[in-house]
Amino acid sequence: MLINKTATSFFSLGRINKAVLLGITISGMTLMTSAQAQDTEVPGNIKWTIPFGVGGGTDVWARFFSPWLSESLPGEPTIMIDNVPGGGSINGANLFAMRAKSDGSDWLGTSASTQYPAMLNDTRVRYDYSDWAPILATPTGGVVYAQPSLGESADTALDALLEQPVKLAAQNPTGVELPVLIALDMLGADVQAVFGMRSRGEGRLAFERGEADIDFQTTSAYLSNVEPLVEAGKAVPLFSLGVLNDEGKIVRDPAFPELPTFNEVYQTRHGEAPTGSAFDAFRKFFASGYALQKLIMVPKDTPQALVDTYRQAARDFVDTDAFKEEAAAQLGPYTPVIGDVVQRHLDEAMSIDDATRDWLADWLKSEHGAKI
Amino acid sequence: MLDIFLSSLGQLFTLSHLLFMVLGVLVGLVVGIIPGLGGIAGMSLLLPFLYGMEPTVALGMLMGLVAVIPTGDTFASVLLGIPGSSASQATVIDGFSLAKRGQAARALSSAFLSSMIGGIIGAVVLTGFILIARPLVLSFSSSELFMLTLLGLSMVAVLSGRDLFKGLAACGLGLLVGAIGMAPATGEFRMNFGLDYLYDGLPLVVVGLGIFALPEIIDLLVKRGSIAEEPCKLGEGWRKGISDVREQRGLVARCAAIGSLIGTIPGLAGSVVDWLTYGHAVQSAKDKSEFGKGDIRGVIAPESANNACACGAMVPTLLFGVPGSGTAAVFLGGLLLLGLQPGVGMIETHLDLTYTIIWSLALANILGAALCLVLARPVASLTRVPFATLAPLITVLIMFAAFQATRSSGDLLALGAVGVLGVLFKQANWSRPAFLIGFVLAPGAEGYFYQAVQFQGTDAFMRPGVVIIGALILSAMFIPMITAAWRKRREAVSVGAAVTPKAAPTLGVIDVVLFAALLGTAVIAWVDIVDLTLIGGIMPRLAIAILALSCLAEIIRCIILRSRWEHQAIGLQGLWLVGFFALVGAMLLLGFITVATLFCFVFLLTIARLKPWVAAVMAMGVTAFLVGMAEFLTLTYPSGLIDPWLFG
Repeated sequence: MLINKTATSFFSLGRINKAVLLGITISGMTLMTSAQAQDTEVPGNIKWTIPFGVGGGTDVWARFFSPWLSESLPGEPTIMIDNVPGGGSINGANLFAMRAKSDGSDWLGTSASTQYPAMLNDTRVRYDYSDWAPILATPTGGVVYAQPSLGESADTALDALLEQPVKLAAQNPTGVELPVLIALDMLGADVQAVFGMRSRGEGRLAFERGEADIDFQTTSAYLSNVEPLVEAGKAVPLFSLGVLNDEGKIVRDPAFPELPTFNEVYQTRHGEAPTGSAFDAFRKFFASGYALQKLIMVPKDTPQALVDTYRQAARDFVDTDAFKEEAAAQLGPYTPVIGDVVQRHLDEAMSIDDATRDWLADWLKSEHGAKI
Repeated sequence: MLDIFLSSLGQLFTLSHLLFMVLGVLVGLVVGIIPGLGGIAGMSLLLPFLYGMEPTVALGMLMGLVAVIPTGDTFASVLLGIPGSSASQATVIDGFSLAKRGQAARALSSAFLSSMIGGIIGAVVLTGFILIARPLVLSFSSSELFMLTLLGLSMVAVLSGRDLFKGLAACGLGLLVGAIGMAPATGEFRMNFGLDYLYDGLPLVVVGLGIFALPEIIDLLVKRGSIAEEPCKLGEGWRKGISDVREQRGLVARCAAIGSLIGTIPGLAGSVVDWLTYGHAVQSAKDKSEFGKGDIRGVIAPESANNACACGAMVPTLLFGVPGSGTAAVFLGGLLLLGLQPGVGMIETHLDLTYTIIWSLALANILGAALCLVLARPVASLTRVPFATLAPLITVLIMFAAFQATRSSGDLLALGAVGVLGVLFKQANWSRPAFLIGFVLAPGAEGYFYQAVQFQGTDAFMRPGVVIIGALILSAMFIPMITAAWRKRREAVSVGAAVTPKAAPTLGVIDVVLFAALLGTAVIAWVDIVDLTLIGGIMPRLAIAILALSCLAEIIRCIILRSRWEHQAIGLQGLWLVGFFALVGAMLLLGFITVATLFCFVFLLTIARLKPWVAAVMAMGVTAFLVGMAEFLTLTYPSGLIDPWLFG
């Protein structure tokens, strides 16, 4: 409409402007057609909101993925990363929930610390995962390890762990260590969590200083910083959290094929598979924080055709050798999960029932003195 | 070993490495000079190009940037009294005072030269230290870290001098404000009064700008004239600054050494080091009377330390993957993007890269400081410009800087709120650094104390490191007192019994207002935290106790010593503050860019009385700056009603 109006007023200006007028009309028409075709076409610019600061784990993850995604999408759109840190990712996700357009030009990158507050009904959360559709998720694993003073082998260390109180350095009661704390409690360990670390790295430092008796790291940090300690005899790996296979079962972590998973350790110690509210909570927080640690999301109203295009683009590159080679350093030996599988796992993980949440609230209060 | 040295050196001087390093230095200087941006913005500018780059070349670029940030931000601290980043807060105190005395060129040239020397010393120390750093870094447990934050806090006593109780009250308030947000030990939220903005606590940039920059702007507007109150001689001052550094070479070396070693301790780094070295400069000086009023040593000490500290901060970043500062955190992300995992591997397998990083830092320091030294003289002439001309530009600049802290309208309101406190403190002569030290160190003090007690129990305070730092703190607090007493006695003996009567404390209307406000704050805070668990509430309670007791002690002191009533002006300052809040309101309502442009134009036209076309050109310059920054750095501003129309 606006363009037509301008065109009429230009009309009287004479012949010189005819070329200009033509140009304007053509561009106007193309604009209109593109506006009509917008629902299925990939936008030229995609704003990818990262609710974390520059240089953080999720930011680096997004910057690693953005060239791969851009190149395999039709029209090679420009993917612009927009960091909106604050509130441990709650602020950025809230803003996204409020403002994101559903024409495919707005993406969100989330992480465990975006998922957990939503699951715990944090009052600051004004976003809802059911308003969003996942494109891709990358999993990570993690390993629990102990000081050799507890025991030279995993078995003796575990025995010692169950007999005496041990200290673990953690970030906060509802941080990424939550499933690990639940798992250790289920095994029967008396863990005294010392909160206030600003990162898992600080927790590891406390372990290396000998202040913490046990510690936990996610895969990439474990490989680069704990493996050398293990080789030097300064740390004993106990168990991994495992990974979620496509059927939703927890199996051994491909990064640590020799390490038993928490489920296996529980089975050997207790003679039965883990069950109950505690295990339910463990499973859900493990799934949303580890199996789907980092997610690319778009608003649910984004045209399905476009969502499919994005998912297909991701499928196109994740199986290439070039990607696998590059991804090994960034993501560990895990394959990104795409589309419906993510949706299924996500739905299951985020649907936490009241009984489990009540158990969790009680447990956090009694074990770690924290209110949620 | 030697072959690694040589190959790193060879890397350092390849053409591509040098070119990208210069690029990094230039970007670093620009973002360093603009307050509020700092290393994080610079890194975000470079990070998109990083993925896929050759690691040595990319590292050169990043190091160029990291090295010069603490150099470039000195311009704003000295010339405009704006603490550009956490690394230059202590520089503001004496640097800006020198600028006001017409000695901006002197302050700048000595700041840059000591920055350069500090950076080089840092790199030299690091070259050897990085090989043996692991055990040393690990020997600093949470209890030693807690003691170091206490050492930083003890500087309050050094800096407040005779007004000890006011200094302590200011520090208590800082500790209380620093405790806003999540309790590190329990994850409880404290004193957020239902405001989303306060869940993360107040951002350091906003507090720094509010407490230092805003009061100075208002003060200068009230006084009129230019920043430099005395005539300034740029060329002479420039040379004087250079020779000042030569005279103070011992101080430079000591502060650089302190900086590089404290920088290696993960988790503290930038926040304590400039106050520690500033305090050291004050303590080691024979004549302390000029500190705070423009003593060049107050510039040299923190400036030699902060670049060395940036070098030292590479140790925990490279060896443990635990960044020592905000900039180092972004640098860590850069390393990961380049496919380099920090850890022992940086010494065992990538030692050559590690040395390339360290020496790039040294080289970039030299380059950056040299560029700044050249720039210092012309830029210092800014202090001769009538301040009314600069005021709107600086006001927009600090609002721009504050808003980048969390990009929420709360940033601007918090800036105003802290600004009110800053103006009251400044007019009544309460120690603003004491407030800032309390604020900066509150989270560290609380977190490390809790961790020390949890991890080590009562053994925490028997460790040798703790005892040594404890002794340092005691000596820092008591040695000056003892020497002063001793000197006084000797003087008394030599001059005879002519003991001068003790000067009675002065009291003014602002002091009374502050006493009432602070005690009121203490009561409100106490009510707010009454539900907290013991562990989560211990720090705010302690802060409230310090705040309230020091206020009461000062009141009693004033009553007993029959204080002199002093006139304290506040009317005009209050008016300007109201104007500032009106400006914030207009910006939030109508849009940041539009209102900033209009504000500059109207202010320059009516208050600075510039020619209309000059005012228009300068206002357009503000628009261009804001739009350009938004474009290049993907920044956002409060959009309001009009901005989306005009600027998309």
